[in-house]
Amino acid sequence: MRLHKLKLYEYESKKIFQEYEIPTPRGEVTTSSTLAKEVTAKLGVPVTIKAQILVSGRGKAGGILFANSPQEAETVAKKLLGTEIKSVKVKEVLVEERIVAKKELYFGITTDRAKCSYVAIASSEGGMDIEEVAVTTPERIIKVFIDPTYGFRSYHAYQIARKLGYSSSQFRDLATIFLKLYKIAMDYDAELIEINPLIETMDGKFVAADSRLLIDDNALYRHPEYQKRLAPEGETELSVQEIEAQKTGLAYVKLDGNIGIIGNGAGLVMATLDAVQFYGGKPANFLDVGGGASADMMASALNIVLSDPNVEVVFINILGGITRCDEVAKGILEAKKRVGFTKPIVIRLVGTNEEEGRRILTEAGIHFLDSMEEAAVKAVEIAKTGG
Amino acid sequence: MGVFVSKQTRAIVQGITGSQGSFHTRLMLDYGTQIVAGTSPTKGGTQVHGVPVYDTVEEAVKRHDANASIIFVPAPFAVEAAFEAIEAELKTVVIITEHIPVKDAIQVMARAKQAKVTVIGPNTPGIIVPNECKLGIMPAHVFMRGVVGVASRSGTLTYEIATGLSVSGLGQSTCIGLGGDPIVGLSFVDVLKEFERDKQTKAVALIGEIGGNLEELAAEYIAKEGYSKPVAAFIAGRTAPPGKRMGHAGAIIMGRTGTADSKIEAFKKAGVDVAEKPRDVARLLAERLGKKSISTRCKSER
Repeated sequence: MRLHKLKLYEYESKKIFQEYEIPTPRGEVTTSSTLAKEVTAKLGVPVTIKAQILVSGRGKAGGILFANSPQEAETVAKKLLGTEIKSVKVKEVLVEERIVAKKELYFGITTDRAKCSYVAIASSEGGMDIEEVAVTTPERIIKVFIDPTYGFRSYHAYQIARKLGYSSSQFRDLATIFLKLYKIAMDYDAELIEINPLIETMDGKFVAADSRLLIDDNALYRHPEYQKRLAPEGETELSVQEIEAQKTGLAYVKLDGNIGIIGNGAGLVMATLDAVQFYGGKPANFLDVGGGASADMMASALNIVLSDPNVEVVFINILGGITRCDEVAKGILEAKKRVGFTKPIVIRLVGTNEEEGRRILTEAGIHFLDSMEEAAVKAVEIAKTGG
Repeated sequence: MGVFVSKQTRAIVQGITGSQGSFHTRLMLDYGTQIVAGTSPTKGGTQVHGVPVYDTVEEAVKRHDANASIIFVPAPFAVEAAFEAIEAELKTVVIITEHIPVKDAIQVMARAKQAKVTVIGPNTPGIIVPNECKLGIMPAHVFMRGVVGVASRSGTLTYEIATGLSVSGLGQSTCIGLGGDPIVGLSFVDVLKEFERDKQTKAVALIGEIGGNLEELAAEYIAKEGYSKPVAAFIAGRTAPPGKRMGHAGAIIMGRTGTADSKIEAFKKAGVDVAEKPRDVARLLAERLGKKSISTRCKSER
């Protein structure tokens, strides 16, 4: 299971929009407040100054501010740069001409699991509350499922533009933007692409005021320019353990409890977290070593979990299918050799080559249990009594 | 007889000469699955574990009258392999390959639908009808011929629950891994329909997880159709923290569905028993079925 999506920064997706001739506000990205001032002088006031971070709800969290003079732009940029929004440090800001909206629309393309297709979504109620609109007034959301054999055609774009209430040249301009966005979605293997808000200006033009583009990380081999971007160190909201896990190809998510969890298979690991909580414990992390984990991967996994100072006990839950229990046992011994068992470890190990795995552990004097429930109870007990 | 595959299934392995393909061909043969041929472009004329290898699916199917395929081809080439299998008019195509781009998976499913071919996966452990046919990579020893039809979005968690069903004596009629990707060939509803028709299946276990709305749609179907067989479900991820969100479009599509609570509530409303722990699935179904008749019959078969 991949846990992190390749998200592009707003200024990056806007650059792609510009290449495809989708209108965006004029603007520049910068890391310095002095430059923010210069950019503002060049653009003319008022300007919007937007923190370039990869979290949702940026606007509501205070990441989008305005300025009415170059001086103010400098002050505002200074305020944003270096602060943390939703615990992510702001390193860059995008300074843009401020566009006054007559109306804010929404347009996006994503996948629909039940229909096994892409779906285009539009609404005349764009902006920060679009999700609320979808729940409370679903009739204001227009959906067009896209047959992959024929794709998103011009008449689909026209249908949507009509439903949004536009006609004549506005209708054509809007439909053109929809078609171009679909082209980007296909060219870039987007799992999600959206313009929100898609602003209708006072003089009836359309401008993509904010953009979001997520690239399907399974398709990165077709987009080598972004491949190295998967979780660049320090640039995303990842912990030390998360960065280490990504280097080794392990799926790890840090949580706030004290029981470290290692398992194989996302479903089993999630069920393990559930079991621990069911018996009154709190997981410190999610860690999936995946299918067919080698001894080396197992050792890395254990290292990562043990390096979390909050962890009081580690619960290893392995059900061997493609994963072989003897490899897992060897990995556990390897980790013991490398870093030592600094915390108590509860092991549940069943499945392929179970006898050999258990023999290895027994010889090393390491105890293991048969059932997941039993092991969960044991781990919770140790966490509560502090070992 | 299982659903989708059975003793009569004559399967080819696409990507048979690769390490995974070759390894699992041996295990499937050991299980008694009829693996009649394999394919690997440029390796035609060779053999893997005594199975003849061809350059193309067309040849393999023509020579050996195959009706199913299992694909082990790496992600960048898996789509070609799937199209090739679909065009050869095989009945069932199992795609084991993981990390296939969503765009490609969407095309495969559209093509399969036109050709009326059943696609299982991608990113699936496959399908098993205990004692008849294993078209997948699951560890055979956890399964036992029995009466529960199992459909799951997960791998190892399926083995966990299958073990419980085997130990309890209920066993499995057919166990299907739907696949862990956002776009897969079969939904819970598709499989429920098959299990409804299948005589050997007396009860159904659905193993879901957070994300998507396939569980909610299954619950809706069960309630609306008045499903005739007892169903129990387990949902993994009840306590998972809300993941890193994917922007608005995902939320607009899903509304408030997708969470464990939403799925559990939907199932309960539809009269489906929801297990709190994996082990409880077997107990809940045994209670519904009235334990004695079934467990004695299955033990004797073993």
